[in-house]
Amino acid sequence: MRLKPVAGILLRQFYLYRGSPVRSLPLFAWVAIDIVMWGFITRYLNSMAAGRFNYVPSLLGAVLMWDFFTRIMQGVSTAFLEDVWSRNFLNLFATPLTISEYILGLVITSVTTGAVGLAVMLVLATVVFGLSFLSLGALLIPFLLVLFGFGIALGILASALVLRLGPASEWLVWPLPALLSPFVGVFYPLATLPPWMQGVGHLLPPSYVFEGMRAVLAGRPFSPGSLAVGAALAALDILLAGYFFARVFRYAIRTGLLARYSAESTA
Amino acid sequence: MYARSPDTGPPPQYSQDDSAGYPAAGSTERVVLSVAGLRKSYSALVAVEGISFDVHRNEVVGLLGPNGAGKTTTINMILGVLSPSAGSVRIGGIDLARQRARALAYANFSAVYASLPGNLTVAQNLRFFGLIYGIPDLGRRVGELLRQFDLERLRDTKCGLLSSGEQTRVALAKAVLNRPRLLLLDEPTASLDPAAAQTIRARIRSLAVEHGCGILWTSHNMYEVEEVCDRVLFLSHGRILLEGDPRQLPREHGAATLEELFIRLAREPLAEPLGRAG
Repeated sequence: MRLKPVAGILLRQFYLYRGSPVRSLPLFAWVAIDIVMWGFITRYLNSMAAGRFNYVPSLLGAVLMWDFFTRIMQGVSTAFLEDVWSRNFLNLFATPLTISEYILGLVITSVTTGAVGLAVMLVLATVVFGLSFLSLGALLIPFLLVLFGFGIALGILASALVLRLGPASEWLVWPLPALLSPFVGVFYPLATLPPWMQGVGHLLPPSYVFEGMRAVLAGRPFSPGSLAVGAALAALDILLAGYFFARVFRYAIRTGLLARYSAESTA
Repeated sequence: MYARSPDTGPPPQYSQDDSAGYPAAGSTERVVLSVAGLRKSYSALVAVEGISFDVHRNEVVGLLGPNGAGKTTTINMILGVLSPSAGSVRIGGIDLARQRARALAYANFSAVYASLPGNLTVAQNLRFFGLIYGIPDLGRRVGELLRQFDLERLRDTKCGLLSSGEQTRVALAKAVLNRPRLLLLDEPTASLDPAAAQTIRARIRSLAVEHGCGILWTSHNMYEVEEVCDRVLFLSHGRILLEGDPRQLPREHGAATLEELFIRLAREPLAEPLGRAG
């Protein structure tokens, strides 16, 4: 793998953000709105609970982590969609660029944009609403890594779907996190769900993060083995998503789909 | 008329920095593109039917044919964005199917239907694709191209805001970024005024003559083809019907001009190839 093409994908995204400040707004605007809204909801709930339970870490913390996951996933797919929107596939893939270099470029782009969103969320949640992630201790890092891994996997999967189904399928990308959220127990324990939903939830890495987070915050024993399962699932999902993207890419080359993506621009 | 390369004489040498990070690709070989038995079918529809041809260094080969003849399908297969149903493509002696990235490092293209991202400026597009091709000393190379293609005053203009002629110049600058050994040009002067088209033709011709590049060129402008191409391939219904020198072919086949021959072939495709004059 060569690093220059990976840097090229990253540089292109940097140029786009620099060239259009409006484009940078979604990096932190939506997460800020989420944090502010859920921050006030948790304040209200805390006032109702009258000190019996602190909703800030469990609800606002969950919102923050779920938003982080969503930003990572959308960071990958948005960088990919830039090539769909600018009809750039023919220019891009008629070069020595390999699929692994391209995907790595999308992932690093996503890490960069996701980090901006995370920083904004952390500052707002900590300064305005008194959320302290220190209460999660060193576990915060593996929690975020598992969410990061699954966000990457889902972003690659969403990109492969758009490549396979055509530019009009872009709308499929945006609701994917919302579609998964009921199954992973962002705000409630998995035990709340009916058995079939729990079954689905156990296949999704974020469920191990949110179960673990609730256990730590409630002072219950935390199972590192359970989080390891989540991490293993996230790693497996990245491999499967990468494999799926490569399969779709080969299909697009075999059938002429990749060339037609560009040809549509002349219609 | 531009000077044509002699058939003999020492081949031009490529510098080491041409290799875009890859090992040198048979730099002593004269054949820069070798297409053998290339076929593409979609179920019952055959778009390209087992064509074979070579493109040599210092040579401009015209790929001609009516709409739907299979020109763009052929170019897409050479660029690796469409896999052939059968046959092989070798760029600089490297098999595209086996070593895609390495083979494509020695090629580049410009096509009217593949404009560069309109939301990046001219210089940004050149830097972006320069990194993708792994060009060494990229800043200097981009500066060179901006000067060569008269793009310096447009360097910070977004490509989407350029006129079609300016966009063509940027696309051509991108197409020679990596000093390709094989350059594929799909109607490169289609949107240019006559003066600009002549300048671009001269520049492309000099790429072949002075820099040892092999060029595959499609165009519907027969005057341009006669002026620029050393050899032409007539494609119809996915088959090569005719091959030869564009200045000799009309006489050899009883036509007054290349355009007349083109029209005749396009309207009445021959049952069998006419033979190869070149």
